[in-house]
Amino acid sequence: MIKHETIEKNIGLMVLLIILVISGGGLAEIVPLFFSTSTTQPIQGMRPYTALENEGRDIYIREGCHVCHTQMIRPFRAETERYGHYSTANEDVWEHPFLWGSKRTGPDLDRVGGRYSDDWHRAHLYNPRDVVPQSIMPSFPWLFENRISGSDTAAKLTVLRKLGVPYTDEQIEDAQEAVSGKYEIDALVAYLQALGKTHSEYSNKR
Amino acid sequence: MSSFWGAWVTVITLAVIFGCTWLLFQTRKSETFKESTDTTVGHVYDGIEEYDNPLPRWWFQLFVATIIFGLVYLALYPGLGNFKGLLGWTSTGQWEEELQHAEEVYKPVFAKYAALSIEDLQTEENKSGLQMGQRMFANNCTLCHGAAGTGAYGFPNLTDDDWLYGGAPATIKQTITNGRNGGMPPWGPVLGEEGVRDVASYVLSLSGREVDPDAAQRGATQFQALCTACHGQDAKGTQALGAPNLTDDIWLYGGSFEAVTHTIRTGRAGMMPAHKDLLSDDKIHLIAAYVYSLSHN
Repeated sequence: MIKHETIEKNIGLMVLLIILVISGGGLAEIVPLFFSTSTTQPIQGMRPYTALENEGRDIYIREGCHVCHTQMIRPFRAETERYGHYSTANEDVWEHPFLWGSKRTGPDLDRVGGRYSDDWHRAHLYNPRDVVPQSIMPSFPWLFENRISGSDTAAKLTVLRKLGVPYTDEQIEDAQEAVSGKYEIDALVAYLQALGKTHSEYSNKR
Repeated sequence: MSSFWGAWVTVITLAVIFGCTWLLFQTRKSETFKESTDTTVGHVYDGIEEYDNPLPRWWFQLFVATIIFGLVYLALYPGLGNFKGLLGWTSTGQWEEELQHAEEVYKPVFAKYAALSIEDLQTEENKSGLQMGQRMFANNCTLCHGAAGTGAYGFPNLTDDDWLYGGAPATIKQTITNGRNGGMPPWGPVLGEEGVRDVASYVLSLSGREVDPDAAQRGATQFQALCTACHGQDAKGTQALGAPNLTDDIWLYGGSFEAVTHTIRTGRAGMMPAHKDLLSDDKIHLIAAYVYSLSHN
């Protein structure tokens, strides 16, 4: 018979019991995912982001796009009618870090690729009010002035390859040349247009 | 999930639940299961003593209730490894049910309007079909073409009767279904800066603008040589190519002298995305009917 008092007064025992209880959740909910094919194997036919798209992704993170936009379409008709097929884990196995987000101030972007023209994205990012008068999204005019040097693009791809993204030697070699001198807006638009377009396994028709 | 990991999840989940239950009952002060006692834990700090009371009964019962809830939940819903739950519920199964329900409700409605021509959909009796089109236009088209369909810089106004690719019902449907890729090459390298300004002067004169007549005269010659293949001898455009009419004073990229010279100098590549992979044919039909109505009512 353990007395409540015994646990309360033996801090070591309490710590041990707390760790036991908490790790139960992690061991049951998280650890099996490391060994599940649905979370570790990429979806059929998926390609990694190009060097330019990957730079765009870093700009997306830098500007905090993921704070207002999710990349996670949930399996509800209300969402799939608007955004396309619901998101699945095997689409994100090469995402480091993933950008699912947790709050939608703006719409979900998981399958925004191809929905609007490049011109629209540029106009919209320069000043959202020019195309959507009610928009509360910030403007990002500096993306049209800053250029990407690409000095660390190859290093980024190398790190991603270590994490399991199948970049070829050639892609890493050509990475800097592929992005150097491009404006940040070019990279960001390339990334947005690639969202949901790196494989064609799902039908988004609705 | 493999059977190993299924068992892993089941064992750990149940072990944690029963472990918590065991702990709860083991540490319960059963012998004094009253709301309060006069006993203290025995220490005094600055004259403050601590009562040695048991956990309040309602609090204890809440713990028990959460444990029972957890076990019932695990019996009904998938949670214990590969056990599917007595209800057989899955998130994607629920989604499929939602889709099926929507299909039953909306399919006859869409089928009714799909059978009608776009001209027939303009009548008063089919008003709700157009309203459906309007809703879908709002969801899919307004980001570029504006809430009222009046367009924006670089995105065509759909409410006037000026069409880049044609405004016949079938053409509108074609545009929505397959998208459009406009392409005007940059003429700056060919014409030089002087030539660009001459041609701009001529183009503006076509819609009755006051321009330098000498420049327009020089521009006319260049226009005949370079521009008529797409914009036509009369500069009224070619809808098969999406080349705009230059005589109607309607400008997609602005009609100021500066804007027109910029267009000629650097070219344009307006693009409308294809919607065939996004929207069903029946939906495109109703959206096309709504777009048609914008310039025909």
